[in-house]
Amino acid sequence: MTEIAVDRSFFNRRLHSFLGIFPIGLFILEHFFTNSFAVHGATVYNSKIEFFKELPYLLAIETIFIFLPLLFHGIYGLYIVYTGEPNNLQYGYYRNWMYLIQRVTGVILLFFIGWHVYVTRISALLYGTEVSYQYMAKMFTNPVVFWWMVIGVVSAAFHFANGIWSFCIVWGITVGPKAQKRMGWITLGLFVVLAFVGIRALLAFHI
Amino acid sequence: MAETVRLRIKRQLSPDSSPFWEEFEVPMIHGMNVIACLVEIQKNPVTKDGKKTTPVAWECSCLEEVCGACTMIINGRVRQACSALVKDLEQPIVLEPMTKFPVVRDLVVDRQKMFDNLIKVKAWVPIDGTHHMGPGPKIPEPERAIHYELSKCMTCGCCLEVCPQFNEKSDFMGAQIISQVRLFNFHPTGASLKEDRLHALMGKGGVHECGNAQNCVEVCPKEIPLTHSIGEVGRQVTLQALKDWFMK
Repeated sequence: MTEIAVDRSFFNRRLHSFLGIFPIGLFILEHFFTNSFAVHGATVYNSKIEFFKELPYLLAIETIFIFLPLLFHGIYGLYIVYTGEPNNLQYGYYRNWMYLIQRVTGVILLFFIGWHVYVTRISALLYGTEVSYQYMAKMFTNPVVFWWMVIGVVSAAFHFANGIWSFCIVWGITVGPKAQKRMGWITLGLFVVLAFVGIRALLAFHI
Repeated sequence: MAETVRLRIKRQLSPDSSPFWEEFEVPMIHGMNVIACLVEIQKNPVTKDGKKTTPVAWECSCLEEVCGACTMIINGRVRQACSALVKDLEQPIVLEPMTKFPVVRDLVVDRQKMFDNLIKVKAWVPIDGTHHMGPGPKIPEPERAIHYELSKCMTCGCCLEVCPQFNEKSDFMGAQIISQVRLFNFHPTGASLKEDRLHALMGKGGVHECGNAQNCVEVCPKEIPLTHSIGEVGRQVTLQALKDWFMK
């Protein structure tokens, strides 16, 4: 028998890693896909919004599967960023840059998602803002907002794709360097696809 | 005038005093390494400007890159001074002590933390007993070959020096420890302490604090497959956690 002296950091780190994929990663896939309905115009897009608005237990689903996981992932992620000391100028290896970009996009996303959730969801709950194709399109006429959206979408695509890569090492799925390299290419491909889908959806909003 | 070697060395006279830089110029000897330069400075501790100073302190032992004692930062890159040949280096050769361990004096650092961590994870094969235990089990050749690669670790600390997660803000024990856990968990007799080791790596500063920057494997002078070890131990810890969760 051995004494189990498991530190809290183990649980927190692994929870942070797990939540990044389930449910946050899955939600990102759904979110990018659903918003792509904008490609088919205002009527189609607004009908999808109506569908989601009518989901039973919506607030509970949003809280348990989106809001709380995001909050934990974001706050604990910020702590992880704090514990790291990047040294990219001295040691400019590819993976070391990915390490840094993962943290930079993470911090960007904390601000971006905070703002995004406020303008598209919380303001609807508090002030009854009507979130629709027209509402988004009107917001996007401001180039600052549009480019801020592009930064957020590309950051999310990168953070999720590269997060899958490290998730696979953390949990012992890709153990050897060859498997890790292969997964590196796959996740890089996923990043490109997601960024394309995300930006295309953004471009679909014009009045 | 004979050929000379120029050096710029970051010095620190005691653990608490502040560091300063000194420049030296020593005679070039055919085939000399950085250690030989430091020997020349010791023989004649005079700076480039002719000012008399104290000899620069450093550590070394094997002089063939198997002990790790002479690890320092040479021209911005962490490596062993014994295998750093002057003819391959840009001058002035800049020497600094490692930054992740407390400086004792000049280029000498205290790497005790690594040895303490080896004890923490029980990085040994338990063979002590009150009676003769007989010969150990045979290890098949392909496994032995992997054991050998992992056993080349000389606790030099290069992997920790370049690790962005190994610093004063985090307790992370680093790649060196994780790789040794893989080695001893792999060993048929050493495996009897596997759970202890994995629980140690699930504790403070364990494998979960790795940020996967993978600098460790880039700089390891012994070319140990450190990221493979991190992946393997990550898997072992996952399985151990499931075992602890569902079977206890």
